Amino acid sequence: MADDTSPDYGNFPDARGHFGPYGGRFVAETLMEPLRQLEEAYARLKNDPAFLAELDRDYTHYVGRPSPLYEAERLTKAWGGATIWLKREDLNHTGAHKINNTIGQALLAKHLGKTRIIAETGAGQHGVASATIAARLGLKCVVYMGMDDVQRQSPNVYRMKLLGATVVPVTSGTRTLKDALNEALRDWVTNVDDTFYVIGTVAGPHPYPMLVRDFNSIVGRELLTQTRERIGRLPDALVACVGGGSNAIGMFHPLLPHPEVAMYGVEAGGKGVATGEHAAPLSAGKPGVLHGNRTYVMADDDGQIIGTHSISAGLDYPGVGPEHAWLKDIGRVNYVDATDDECMEAFYECTRREGIIPALESAHAIAYAKKLAPKLGAGKHIVVNLSGRGDKDIFTIAQREGISLT
Amino acid sequence: MSASRLARVFAAGQRKALIPFITGGDPSPLHTVALMHALVGGGADVIELGMPFSDPMADGPTIQLACERALAAGTTISRILEIVADFRRGNGLTPVVLMGYLNPIEHRGAETFATQAKAAGVDGVLIVDLAIEEAPEFAPAFKRAGLDLIFLIAPTSTPQRIAAIAAEASGYLYYVSLKGVTGSAALDVDSVATKLAEIRAITTLPIAVGFGIRDATTAAAVGRIADGVVVGSALVSEVEKHAGTPEVLPALLRDKLKAMRTALDAPIPSPGSQS
Repeated sequence: MADDTSPDYGNFPDARGHFGPYGGRFVAETLMEPLRQLEEAYARLKNDPAFLAELDRDYTHYVGRPSPLYEAERLTKAWGGATIWLKREDLNHTGAHKINNTIGQALLAKHLGKTRIIAETGAGQHGVASATIAARLGLKCVVYMGMDDVQRQSPNVYRMKLLGATVVPVTSGTRTLKDALNEALRDWVTNVDDTFYVIGTVAGPHPYPMLVRDFNSIVGRELLTQTRERIGRLPDALVACVGGGSNAIGMFHPLLPHPEVAMYGVEAGGKGVATGEHAAPLSAGKPGVLHGNRTYVMADDDGQIIGTHSISAGLDYPGVGPEHAWLKDIGRVNYVDATDDECMEAFYECTRREGIIPALESAHAIAYAKKLAPKLGAGKHIVVNLSGRGDKDIFTIAQREGISLT
Repeated sequence: MSASRLARVFAAGQRKALIPFITGGDPSPLHTVALMHALVGGGADVIELGMPFSDPMADGPTIQLACERALAAGTTISRILEIVADFRRGNGLTPVVLMGYLNPIEHRGAETFATQAKAAGVDGVLIVDLAIEEAPEFAPAFKRAGLDLIFLIAPTSTPQRIAAIAAEASGYLYYVSLKGVTGSAALDVDSVATKLAEIRAITTLPIAVGFGIRDATTAAAVGRIADGVVVGSALVSEVEKHAGTPEVLPALLRDKLKAMRTALDAPIPSPGSQS
């Protein structure tokens, strides 16, 4: 059904990088011109057939795209309602959706003549994806990672090192993803001549939220085809976890113009949104400015950014991509949350019923799908973005179970 | 209205402006007013007072840690404004410029913040992560309150950007001497001179230079080409060193600044004696 009041989603962000009141470019002056150059280069390359062919070739032969759309029959049966489908981004090279974006940005870096890439990482998936593509393209790679995350994601730290990257533990602030982002921005402002900053999520100053979305949108574009083939129509609902929100926007964006498809972004409810110990700025934060864009942030009464809590390092972030902030305000996407406990329950269910170990981030989306399935009922179809695999999380889970793996 | 405090500092014939930066509330809000008076005693013409922020992404480790100390000591934006009001009771002449990040200001509301800052005796505001593109939303509130809005110019700023910034800015322009964060090492006086000439061809606003000025020699060298010299991390690292014994800080900062003042005021060497 056509909805005349809905915006033309393809027109966002506007020329100044705004999604309604969100987004924009809130950085120190030194970065303004480099950002303008990046915007200009991207505007040129995104329609360049040679660039797109290179990207497509990598998606197919390096990442292993398209990723399968898998019908989770046993979860569907157990939950007694809508059919659950899993978009298997966990099967990508490096084990998560992150590579969709790093390949795109690294190719941009190459075209801009940069010899060094830097990245921030929370769970380590974006760091691994950046280190991977740096190895392949022969670029130097430095990854900033909060000290707390270095400790809880040690397998990924080692993978990055194996790939030749330098991992810099960040000890400032809350020692998590937001501090890694600060540190990466500091590196970039210092080394802006030879360095390309590969931002891992749909946050940061314009044009990053746009280009990270565009590179991840391969997921939604594949879904348009796959769901029509497998279901015979578009699905009734999409569910994806939201930290910064790159996997969610990648899946949602190509389907935004289809109002019959409901969308759910699942934030990290931590110990419960009511406890204050969570990472759910869309559910419990308010608009502010962080890391170069205006968006919903978690801040105290004085506007200081506050610490977040989530069992999953990849969702442990006090901001969120500005496009999500806008999609929340206009009501196109529903933002909900799943707690640590709900996430763990979903993690075990997916692992034992489907033989798929999901990343703890993705398990938040599965947890919400479990609630949604009986509400929608049989005959309806839910696609969950299984954005990453859970191998990186086994130490965290073992520790929770009181088991030592070392 | 008579000329603003900032305009008087940069008026023709005045000495080169020495502009120390300290983070408000570091090591604790109880000490900041005394430090500000000490800076004036050491020869400060303008004081840049940092408003601590949890995520100071344009600052180096020295000022990030200062922010963490200040916040841990309970410093709030309201407390910073009280500090300025307190300072004003003893000093009606030295301009105070608040320097900080946008989120705490937006959180309070730019209009409210600007009105309260003016009432406290603030002269100007520099918001590090507010470039001119996003300024139209905020600038009118500061103009209405009668505060100067000070903007950064960077080595990467193009002539078009410099012109646009100059059109929006008042008080002075803050030229960031290098690509990097505050407290970075090497400042190249020649490349600063080249860029300042480029800026002066576009605007008559006074130009202060900061980032990377650690000692009297550099201050003097930069003073020869700029209208003002900003010294930040070099002072803040003293605060860091002596955070446990804050009673020694006023004399320390005053003396450190005095050395820069002396170097800045020394007669300009003849061209033949340039080193």
